[in-house]
Amino acid sequence: MANLSHLDALEAEAIYIIREVAAECDNPVMLYSIGKDSSVMLHLALKAFYPEKPPFPFLHIDTTWKFREMIAFRDRMAKEKGITMLTYTNMDGVRKGVNPFDYGSAYTDIMKTQALKAALKKYGFTAAFGGGRRDEEKSRAKERIFSFRNEAQAWDPKNQRPEMWQLYNTRLHKGESIRVFPISNWTEKDIWEYIRREHIEIVDLYFAKERPVVYRDGNIIMVDDDRMRLNPGEKPEMKKIRFRTLGCYPLTGGIESDADTLDKIIDETLAAVESERTSRVIDHEETGSMERRKKEGYF
Amino acid sequence: MNDLLKFITCGSVDDGKSTLIGHILYDSKLLYADQARALELDSKVGSRGGAIDYSLLLDGLTEEREQGITIDVAYRYFTTDARSFIVADTPGHEEYTRNMAVGASFADLAVILVDASQGVLIQTKRHARICALMGIRYFVFAINKMDLVDYDQARFDAIAEDIQALSEELGLSHVTLIPVSATEGDNVTKKSANMPWYKGPTILGELENVDVAAEKETGFVLPVQRVCRPNHAFRGFQGQIASGRIQVGDTVVTLPSKEKAQVKSILVAGREADAAETGQPVTLCLTKEVDVSRGCVLVDDAAGLQVSSGVSAEILWMDDAPLTPGTGFFVKLGTKLIPGEVTAIDYKIDINTGAHEDAEGLKKNEIAAVTLRFADNVVVDTFAHHQNLGEFILIDRVTNATAACGVVTEVAKEAWKETTINPELRRLQKGQNAITVAFPLRREGITEGLIQDVEKRLYHAGRHTYLYKPNFEDAPNVVRHLNRAGIIVLLALDTDTVPTEKFAEIPGFLAGWEDKTALTAGAIADFILEQSDLDLAASAAYREPAILI
Repeated sequence: MANLSHLDALEAEAIYIIREVAAECDNPVMLYSIGKDSSVMLHLALKAFYPEKPPFPFLHIDTTWKFREMIAFRDRMAKEKGITMLTYTNMDGVRKGVNPFDYGSAYTDIMKTQALKAALKKYGFTAAFGGGRRDEEKSRAKERIFSFRNEAQAWDPKNQRPEMWQLYNTRLHKGESIRVFPISNWTEKDIWEYIRREHIEIVDLYFAKERPVVYRDGNIIMVDDDRMRLNPGEKPEMKKIRFRTLGCYPLTGGIESDADTLDKIIDETLAAVESERTSRVIDHEETGSMERRKKEGYF
Repeated sequence: MNDLLKFITCGSVDDGKSTLIGHILYDSKLLYADQARALELDSKVGSRGGAIDYSLLLDGLTEEREQGITIDVAYRYFTTDARSFIVADTPGHEEYTRNMAVGASFADLAVILVDASQGVLIQTKRHARICALMGIRYFVFAINKMDLVDYDQARFDAIAEDIQALSEELGLSHVTLIPVSATEGDNVTKKSANMPWYKGPTILGELENVDVAAEKETGFVLPVQRVCRPNHAFRGFQGQIASGRIQVGDTVVTLPSKEKAQVKSILVAGREADAAETGQPVTLCLTKEVDVSRGCVLVDDAAGLQVSSGVSAEILWMDDAPLTPGTGFFVKLGTKLIPGEVTAIDYKIDINTGAHEDAEGLKKNEIAAVTLRFADNVVVDTFAHHQNLGEFILIDRVTNATAACGVVTEVAKEAWKETTINPELRRLQKGQNAITVAFPLRREGITEGLIQDVEKRLYHAGRHTYLYKPNFEDAPNVVRHLNRAGIIVLLALDTDTVPTEKFAEIPGFLAGWEDKTALTAGAIADFILEQSDLDLAASAAYREPAILI
C-alpha cells in the first residue's frame, strides 16, 4: 500500500470499507448531510460499486433549518446520480415549534440526534455510514471505523470492539446497529484535495460570495430566510463570506474570505488558524461535550 | 507524489510517548490554532506548573485526561513536505494490550520508547513482541530522556546492546535507534547539539525517509469482497488487491474452485484501466463464467496458494471470558467468514519473556500457539508469505465479540498430493543450493585426491554431493540433471576432454575461484559450504513442510 499516493491509499481504504458493509450488513444506509464530506462519501460510494448503483439508500435528517441552497443541491444530486434519497424530519419537534433560537442544545438533540435515532428505527437500518473524521475532535480520534451502538443507540467508548487489520466484525444482535466511518483517516486537507482531484461538485456555500449576514457572539451568521430572528439593533449587511462546514444556518458560522475557487480554499485551509469545528457553535460548550453527545447517540 | 506512512508509538505511561508525538505535531506547526488554545486551557487543569503538556493533545477521552493515562488508541494526522502520516498512539499498560494490538495491526512501523535512565524493561520487550506478532517489520527505538543521563553516549551504547539482543530474539530485521529527549526536543525534529556523538537521523527524519514498501509478497492475490451484477451483461469481481499486479489478458485461477480464465477488463476505483497493483480497489471481469462468490480468491500461479481446513497459529486472546480448547467461533480470514474451532492450545507464550508454557486455557491479553480447524477448506497462507490470507479474527458465536486475533504460522497441507516435485523442492529437502564447482586438474595443487578430501568434508557437514569427472561431449547435460536432483557437483575437469566453456551457462556454475582460495581441502570445503548455503527466506517457492492432520 505504501507505494500508492496518500490520497489513493485513503480512497482504497474507504472503498474497501464501503464494500465490506454492502457485502456483510443486512440493511445499510448512507447518512447524507449535504456537506463536503457527504459529497466525498457519495462519490466514493458511486466509485465503489460502479457500474452498479450503490446498493443502499441515502438518508438526510432534515431539521427544516438547513440553508435553502443545501436542500436544492440535495434534490438535484439524488436525481442526477440516480440514487435513492430518503429524508426524515422530527415532525413532533416541528409541531412543538422547536427552533435553534429558543432551545439551545436541546434543539440539536431533538431535531438531529432524536430524529436520526427515530429514522434508523423506522427503516430498520442496521448499519449507517457517516462522514465523521478522526481529525475533527478528540473523542472522534478514539472511535473505531465500525462503531457499535447498543439498543439505545449509545456509544460505549470504554468497551469498543478491537479492530484488527482490515478484518471488520459486523455481527450484531437484534436491536444493535453499527455506525461506519469510511473516511475516519482523512483530514480536512485530504477532503479538499480529493474534491479537487476528482472534480466533485459541492454546495456553492463553500465558495466566498457576497451574502447577507449578522455578527453575533463572535460568529458570522447568514440570514438565509425571514425566520432568522434579529436582535435589537442587528441589521443584515452584505459581506463576502464562505462556510467551512454546513449545518443549520442559524447555528453555522461563516468566515470572511475571498476564496472563491477550490485552489484558494485549499490555500486558505493549509494556512488555517482555526480548525473547522470552531464554526459549529455547539462544540464550544465544554471540552468533552462531543464525547458526551456521542454516548447519547449523536452521530 | 506523497505517500502515506502509518506508524504506532509504544511506551509506558512514564516513557513520554504522548509528549514525543505531541512535540512532533507542535514543532511541525501543525496544530490548528483553536486546538492549541484548548490545550493551553487543559494544561492549566492537567499539568505541572502551567507549562504546556504535549500529551494532553493526544489523550482524548475524559477519563483518560482525568487519570492522566492512555486507555485506547488515538489517531493523529500530520503532513510534512515529504510524507503524510497517521500516528496511532497506544496505551502501554499490560491490561490494555489488546488496544495496543489494534494500533499495531494498523501500522507499518513502530516507534518504541525506552527510558534512558531505566533501559530495556519487561514492557519494552512486550511492546516489541506484540508489534512483531501483528506484522510490523520496521522498528525505531527512541531512547528517550537522554537529558536525564547527561546525554551520555556510553549509556546509549549499553542500551543499544540490549536492543540488539532483543532484536535477535524476536527476529526483527529493520531496527533504528535514536537518542532523544522528547521534553527538550533533542533529535525529535531537530538534530541535537547536546549529542554530537550521534550521527544518525532525527525521529521525524527517519519517519520521512524510511521505505516500508521494500519487501513484496509474491504473485497476484485478490480476495473477492463482492460480485457486481448490475445487469445480465456485466459480472465483475470486486476487492482490494492484496499482493501483486494484474493486467488485461492475464490468466487467473479461482480458488477454491480452481478454474482458469483470462482478465477481460479492469476497473480501478470505478475507472477503466489496463493494469492494477497492490492496494488498489478493483473490479475484474473475466473471459468466462466461473464459480466465484464472496470469500473466494483470484490468484495467479506465482502466488502458490492452496486451500486447507486447518492451521497452526499464534493468537492474542482479547475477550474478558477465558478461552478453553474445543470452543467454536466464526473465523474471519480475508473476506471469508467461516465456522471454526480452536482444537488445542499447543503452548502459551509469556508476553513479557517469550517463554513457552503449558496451558489449559487462555486469559485476556495472553498469547499462545494454537491449532485451528475450519468447517471447510478455505484459501489460507502463512502470515509471513501473504499477510492478508494469514491474519484472522475469532468472533464469539454467542456474544459476537471479537474474542481473538491471530496469525497463521503453518498451513496443514492436505493438498500435498497435488504438489509437483520440482528442483526447488529438492533443494529445500536437501537444505542446499545445487551449485557446480569446477576443479581444473591442470592447475598445480589441484588433484583428484584433494577433491575427494573436499567431498569428505562436505559430506560430514551434511551436504549432498557428487564428484564427477566427465569424459564425453554431453557432460554439461549430466551436470544439469544432477543439479536438478539437488546435488552439488564437484566437477573434475581435464580441459583436453571437455572445455570449461561448455559448462559456463549452467546456473550456479563456479570457475576461477581457485585463485582466491588457499588450495587446502578445508579452505575449499568452507568456500563451497558458503556458496551452497540455502537462504530460506529468499527462496520464493519456500513453503512450510507439508504436514497431515
